[in-house]
Amino acid sequence: MKNIEDIHIIPVVPAPPSSEFGAEQTKKGFADGLIELGKLLPNVVVIDTDVAKATRSADFQKIYPERHFNAGVAEQNMLSVAAGMSIEGFIPFATSFGMFITTRGGDQLRNSICYPKANVKVAATHCGISTGGDGASHQINEDIAICRSFPNLTVIVPGDYEEAKQATIAAAYFKGPVYLRYGRDTYPIVPEIHGKFEIGKSRTIREGTDCTIFTTGIMVSEGIKASDMLKEKGISARVVHLPTVKPLDNEVVIKAAQETKFLVTVEEHSIIGGLGEAIAGVTAEHHPTRVYRIGINDVFGQSGQSQELLDLYGLRSVNIVEKILEVIKK
Amino acid sequence: MKQSKIDFLRLKAKEIRQEIIIMITRAASGHVGGSMSAVEILVSLYHHIMKHDSQNPNWSERDRFIMGKGHATPVYYAVLADCGYIPKEDLLGFRRPGSYLQGHPKQYTEKGIEVSTGTLGLSLSTTCGMALSAKLKGEKQNYFCLCGDGEIQEGQIWEAAMFANKYKLNNIIAFVDRNYMQSDGYAEDIMPLDPLEPKWEAFGWEVFSIDGHDFEQIINTVEKAKLSEKPVMIIARTIKGKGVSFMENDNTWHGSPPNLETAMRALGELV
Repeated sequence: MKNIEDIHIIPVVPAPPSSEFGAEQTKKGFADGLIELGKLLPNVVVIDTDVAKATRSADFQKIYPERHFNAGVAEQNMLSVAAGMSIEGFIPFATSFGMFITTRGGDQLRNSICYPKANVKVAATHCGISTGGDGASHQINEDIAICRSFPNLTVIVPGDYEEAKQATIAAAYFKGPVYLRYGRDTYPIVPEIHGKFEIGKSRTIREGTDCTIFTTGIMVSEGIKASDMLKEKGISARVVHLPTVKPLDNEVVIKAAQETKFLVTVEEHSIIGGLGEAIAGVTAEHHPTRVYRIGINDVFGQSGQSQELLDLYGLRSVNIVEKILEVIKK
Repeated sequence: MKQSKIDFLRLKAKEIRQEIIIMITRAASGHVGGSMSAVEILVSLYHHIMKHDSQNPNWSERDRFIMGKGHATPVYYAVLADCGYIPKEDLLGFRRPGSYLQGHPKQYTEKGIEVSTGTLGLSLSTTCGMALSAKLKGEKQNYFCLCGDGEIQEGQIWEAAMFANKYKLNNIIAFVDRNYMQSDGYAEDIMPLDPLEPKWEAFGWEVFSIDGHDFEQIINTVEKAKLSEKPVMIIARTIKGKGVSFMENDNTWHGSPPNLETAMRALGELV
């Protein structure tokens, strides 16, 4: 029998880091983008899979109940139904957790949606380790790898609430299949990535000459923080945010490879098949240089508060700074 | 039904079966057995039941056909060619590089191919999405889907079955090509489906059981199905390899093409 003192007490987890501009869920950006689209495009519809509250598609449902469909716990059916609705002229947002869409629904995503270039927007929430306490079974650090490899599929990973909202709207106006990756948690607002969202375009947030930090998704705020920390140490780190992982903004990537000494990629995703390997692929062909990948190191996640897990898996500005200092010392 | 109409459909079926043998022999690849079992169903749909116009393949009021058992493209393409959607000479490209006539259907509306299918189980869900859309738009056309009996072992089919019931998609009239065989042998050995009718009934569908080679039964049943308030599943009992004596119920002809000599023997039975 254990003493009461021996029982591990869950530590109080600090509130998610926030910028001076506040913090918000990227999936709320999805929901608010949908609501905006509800006004703009009468043929936008939403299909959810018994997670409408969790994905926040329920926010849209409240306003447009006749344009929201719940397919029950049946992601495969949902994806093919969405393909069918797109054939008939609707713009369906098919939504569930990223895990259920890309692995359970892989065939349907590939063959019902990507192969015929169905005009379906696949809205994946709870991606990366962001679903936290649910554990590895519900987290997905492999979805970018899967989606990048499917022909015809555009892959978008917004960095904050506002970018998520703008990307959602942009996806609806883009003709063809789009995978949108959102997190569950609250993340800092980053004004540098606001403004008109263009699919395929990167945003250079900090200029720099020593190295370049490439970020996608919610890692953008950590990348900026890392660059600012390095500046105090006299190191000039460029920060380029790539909300579109496919197609990649090759020009900007090659330019950074030419102009800075080495590259660091940061993503809340496996280092296999994600942003890091996409950039390594481009630079290997056009301007070979060193590419250091920061991400989930080919392991399954685990239960924990998502902010704790970002610390645990080394997805913080301090980890980026540490990596860059280590490389420079070499 | 007039005898002359039935004679016409029988003639069509014979021509389609010849084309199936020729296409597969030429490509040295393709699925004979499951194509032959579905001939009367497709001929009935395209030559009698469905409203459609090959000169206007995007006509919004056309009835739609979704080919679930995608490996049976030979019967599908042969019928589409016969109706004028696919130029006859394009059939030469079946299963060959550069052709749009893929081994399993790739969506190409202008050629009458409504939906990409073939990985089994997708079709009924896509049909549901299309049929639901028609309801939302207030359109009246029907959505015909053909599933294989092997195909309905896929779990996704039953997800779609629930969905169609939930949204009362009575504009879906689906068929199971119940030839009792699948790739590895007899369906009832590999994964028993019987009793099949009560399964669909329990999922909220109206079910009819018919002889899938009898034109009158197919056509009369679809007429009844159109009046249903529920989605309809027509379980069409068929014979795999139907029409060529040595191919009937012989699963050698599931996915193996005949050689030239065998093809000639088969064609000899189809004149």
